Amino acid sequence: MQTALKYLVARRDLLHTLAWREIRVKYKQSVMGMLWAVLMPAVIVFAGVLVRYGFAIFSGKSLETDDIASVSVRAIPWAFFVSSIRFGTNSLIANTTLVTKIYFPREILPMAAVLSQLMDFVVASVVLIVVLAVLHVGVSVQLLWLPVLIAILVLLTTGLVLLLSAASLFFRDVKYLVEVLLTFAIFFTPVLFEASMFGHWYTPLMLNPIAPVLEGFANVIVRHVPPPLPWLGYSAVVSVVLCCGALAVFQRVEPYFAESV
Amino acid sequence: MSQFALRLDGVYKKFRKGELYDSLRDLVPALTRRLLGRTNGRAPGGSLAQREFWALQDVSFGVARGEAFGIVGSNGAGKSTILKLLSRIMRPTRGTLSVDGRLSALIEVGAGFHPDLTGRENIFLNGTILGMTRAEIKQRFDAIVAFSGLEEFLDTPVKRYSSGMYARLGFSVAAHVEPDVLIVDEVLSVGDYLFQQKCFQRMNEVMAGGATVVFVSHNLRAVARMCERSLLLERGRVIEIGPTNAVIRTYLSRSQQARGGDAERDLQITEVSVTGSGEPRVAFETDEFVEISVAATARTAHRDFSVVISIVDENQYLVFDTCTQRLGMGPLTLEAGETLRTTFRVQLRLAEGTYHVNAYLHHYVTERAYERWLLATTFFVAGTPSVRGVANLAPSLSQCEKAMAPPAAPSVAVLVE
Repeated sequence: MQTALKYLVARRDLLHTLAWREIRVKYKQSVMGMLWAVLMPAVIVFAGVLVRYGFAIFSGKSLETDDIASVSVRAIPWAFFVSSIRFGTNSLIANTTLVTKIYFPREILPMAAVLSQLMDFVVASVVLIVVLAVLHVGVSVQLLWLPVLIAILVLLTTGLVLLLSAASLFFRDVKYLVEVLLTFAIFFTPVLFEASMFGHWYTPLMLNPIAPVLEGFANVIVRHVPPPLPWLGYSAVVSVVLCCGALAVFQRVEPYFAESV
Repeated sequence: MSQFALRLDGVYKKFRKGELYDSLRDLVPALTRRLLGRTNGRAPGGSLAQREFWALQDVSFGVARGEAFGIVGSNGAGKSTILKLLSRIMRPTRGTLSVDGRLSALIEVGAGFHPDLTGRENIFLNGTILGMTRAEIKQRFDAIVAFSGLEEFLDTPVKRYSSGMYARLGFSVAAHVEPDVLIVDEVLSVGDYLFQQKCFQRMNEVMAGGATVVFVSHNLRAVARMCERSLLLERGRVIEIGPTNAVIRTYLSRSQQARGGDAERDLQITEVSVTGSGEPRVAFETDEFVEISVAATARTAHRDFSVVISIVDENQYLVFDTCTQRLGMGPLTLEAGETLRTTFRVQLRLAEGTYHVNAYLHHYVTERAYERWLLATTFFVAGTPSVRGVANLAPSLSQCEKAMAPPAAPSVAVLVE
């Protein structure tokens, strides 16, 4: 595995180029261009505001700006997670000609898919900063948690994408399974709502390893408090184990890609 | 460091006909069967289960550093499988394989292109996929573009390219990787004559730089020209490894020949061979003297026939034809059980190309062929760059001087009633 990692580092130019290709291709011949990076989080925020408004009417409270800010802050990492998984799962199948014709470390394809989505994440974040400024959400020292949260998010996403891309190369079922799960995952994940709204359902909700990350984003940016620490530790462990395990599995099955695709 | 740049040792590769488990629904029953110990899905390593077949069996060879090595064989012999194993796209079922140094494969040029990206963008994309760093590509960018001859279309998306342009750009990128081992598979069939010459030149440059080349092609002339040693594959097995001339001769003699004639086969051509300076060969220089031999056996007595040979080019057009009768030999006669060997000495005043030899036993009176062996053997002629076409008419320049053109006379015809 160490030699494999060394090889990956040696081919980092390829990772950059492939990610850059995805970004180029995505925005070519499209009228909206970079606006697409903002559209999906914007739709999530819109849905979130609607849900929160419903909650507010139900509980007899008014909708606060903090609620809107909280949904916005969760929407962007969630959009990154969903589109990375969707796009990354297909990254090997979509590049069949490369997989069967040219040798290079195949991990680079799913990784480049995640990296290209990270670009959208950055674009959307810039818009988010403007929105937060308008909503008068201040800054605090808690923002120093952001690199940690982003690292966990990227590791978790990469691990899942590595596993799913390899699995869908052998079984096309995986692709459809992922579509179904992604469609409904938003109901099991604290994106539109906060995990704490659900009382004793808090623990099962937080077992979803992405939940502490999203809660963390909302905590440090909007509420200026640290992330839910034991839970974030749990997420970090799951992410690291998943990513290493996925890489090991990926490299075990890689020799069979060309003849099984 | 071994003396071999690459080496295969007892390599086997198994493939499966039909489909693998194509969905989870098929996998679950198959897995349960395996867990229950009924191994009818997959046999233990080494033997073949149903629907499996060997694409390669016990293939061993080594290629020395700086050597050009050819692989020939008919379709389905396993040539491309060897190349895929060498380039690490696939792994062997059994056996070991080692490659020393950076390997680049011209297997399907342009495979990494994205249709929506421009030529310029695709040079960077394809270059990094093939293992170059961005810095290396920048440094060789001008050379790549100049080689492809596509300067004008660099900023056009490659989906608007013709297939020839596509292949040219692909080859240009791949040819500038500067590998230690270069694998070439049938890519030289792209582009026009001039581009092919450029490709050959580039391959020679790569070889002159000390790289090892493995060359796979149906163009036997190209193999004969490039490679000193070759390997003949037939249905996944090595038939022969040795000097290219000998390997190609074996290949040609084993492949299907068009034979036929009007009479029963009791007068038969048994051998057609081309020899130069005393040994059977397939590659010759232009103007070289060669001997074409035809051997025949009679089971019953035959009289009044002649032996005819003809040489045709790649497109089966007749280039040359002669026979014993026209060379002053009277009607030939064979008694039952006798054999006959005729040898024609010819000078190959041919331009560069691939030529086939046809042999006939021709009956004098009825003007019909007893026996006909078309494309009995094949040979290649390496020419001089000064001559193209089929015949080498040994040109030389006897005059090339300048003079003032005479004033142009009015050349108007006036029609008068």
